[in-house]
Amino acid sequence: MSLDMSPAALDRAAPRLMRAEPLLTMRDISKTYGDVRALRHVDATVYPGEVMGIVGESGSGKSTLLRMMNLEDTPDSGDYTLRLPNREDGNLFDLTRYERRMLCARHIGIVYQNPHLGLLMKHSSSGNVAERLLIAGERSFDVLRAKAREALDASEFPLSRMDARPIELSGGMQQRVQLAKAIALEPALLLLDEPTTGLDVSVQALVLDTLKRLQRDRKITMVLVSHDLGVIRTMADRVMVMRHGEVVEEGLADQVFQDPQHNYTQQLVHAKL
Amino acid sequence: MNSTPLLRVDGLTKTFRMYHLDSMLHAFEGVSFDLHEGEFLLLRGHNGAGKSTLLRTIWRSYLPVGGHVWYRSNHGDIDLANAADVDIALLRREEIGFVTQFLNARPRVAAQDIVAEPLLLAGTSQPEALDQARHWLDQFGVRPELWRAYPSTFSGGEQQKVNLARALILPQKLLLLDEPTASLDVGARAALVRRLSDLKAQGVAIIGVFHHPGDVAQLIDREINLNTKVVADQSEEEDNVAL
Repeated sequence: MSLDMSPAALDRAAPRLMRAEPLLTMRDISKTYGDVRALRHVDATVYPGEVMGIVGESGSGKSTLLRMMNLEDTPDSGDYTLRLPNREDGNLFDLTRYERRMLCARHIGIVYQNPHLGLLMKHSSSGNVAERLLIAGERSFDVLRAKAREALDASEFPLSRMDARPIELSGGMQQRVQLAKAIALEPALLLLDEPTTGLDVSVQALVLDTLKRLQRDRKITMVLVSHDLGVIRTMADRVMVMRHGEVVEEGLADQVFQDPQHNYTQQLVHAKL
Repeated sequence: MNSTPLLRVDGLTKTFRMYHLDSMLHAFEGVSFDLHEGEFLLLRGHNGAGKSTLLRTIWRSYLPVGGHVWYRSNHGDIDLANAADVDIALLRREEIGFVTQFLNARPRVAAQDIVAEPLLLAGTSQPEALDQARHWLDQFGVRPELWRAYPSTFSGGEQQKVNLARALILPQKLLLLDEPTASLDVGARAALVRRLSDLKAQGVAIIGVFHHPGDVAQLIDREINLNTKVVADQSEEEDNVAL
């Protein structure tokens, strides 16, 4: 192998080294709620094993985009594909409600900022995890119990509390139950919507550490939405910066924070304490 | 030595656009040089000459505004200046290392786990990765009682030892060093020079910025002075090439 230094080679577009295809591809996603244009021609690409961070101010469209990734809503226009084993590519927004539910149960996990959105607060913690497994077709009580236990343990939830109801738990513990539920079926994609917002600093560190370990050990692909630049900087490989429903900048996390190219990103980075 | 360079920096130019000042800051312009396997290139220049900026532009923390950084990777030749982000991320995992003078200590992560992480990401088993992590922490003079402690509470010098152990645990093809000896004690400096010497002998190409270049004097093959933009070969001064 040699470096070809001819002018023609120098002018040639850089070849791609990455052999893997993207896991997630969204193209030209737009969504309007009444007079509000929540998403404007958004493209997103996420590769297997990476953590994609999405930052932006409140109302920038980042959580709306995450909900689209979780097939909770349908855009006015745009395509969404996930490269999954034994599944043909196709626009996931064309799926029926039942098909979406089954696909999400098997392949997509989500942790919401508000645990009330992700958990049945009056069911046991282990029951919340088992519910996810039930939707995906698991029926054996022993298997359900064992898998729920394994997922809670991987999320660093104290197993002595696995039968406690989320309503009896602290915010950090509730997030761990959500996380256990999300990873119980080893999803291809884990969506995290402000998972540490509202937690005190020490609990936030615990949750982030757990996420980092899961990502390293299980190679789970993650999309992390946060307005906390420190969280994104700690976790993300690449970053999308959103404003007014548009992606204004995208790049490697360290590049976006150290050499932001867009005026808004510079304001965001300079405003960080 | 392979006559084909591992890295060819060609006309590299970096300018920062500062919106809040409505101005541009020119860091450097038209920098060119070749780097071969096993070569050690020192970047010289006064404060603000652009030494660290040049390293960060090659690493792609900074986006160049002009020029090329051709690199001979195990996957094929690529222009780092224009490569896709995912390709840069791949090369950072596998082939190119960057050592700063600051440790990015994550909360609640023990020193030995921070050091072992690059090996774990590369697929090494946990016991083997931890063994190697402890070995390198020991080499850089971090006391065993600190191996399971959280570095966020360490002194600057101790943090830098953890940082070096992590950065140098996995052999790379290209190493970028940004003042790695700052805040190190004599023993750790000696350990760093030994490790760099071994890596150089294994063919690792190194570009470094050092506050005290004397620390690594015996390793330097060539140097670039960013004040004058002159490349100087340590053994053949008459072959200086103006950039």
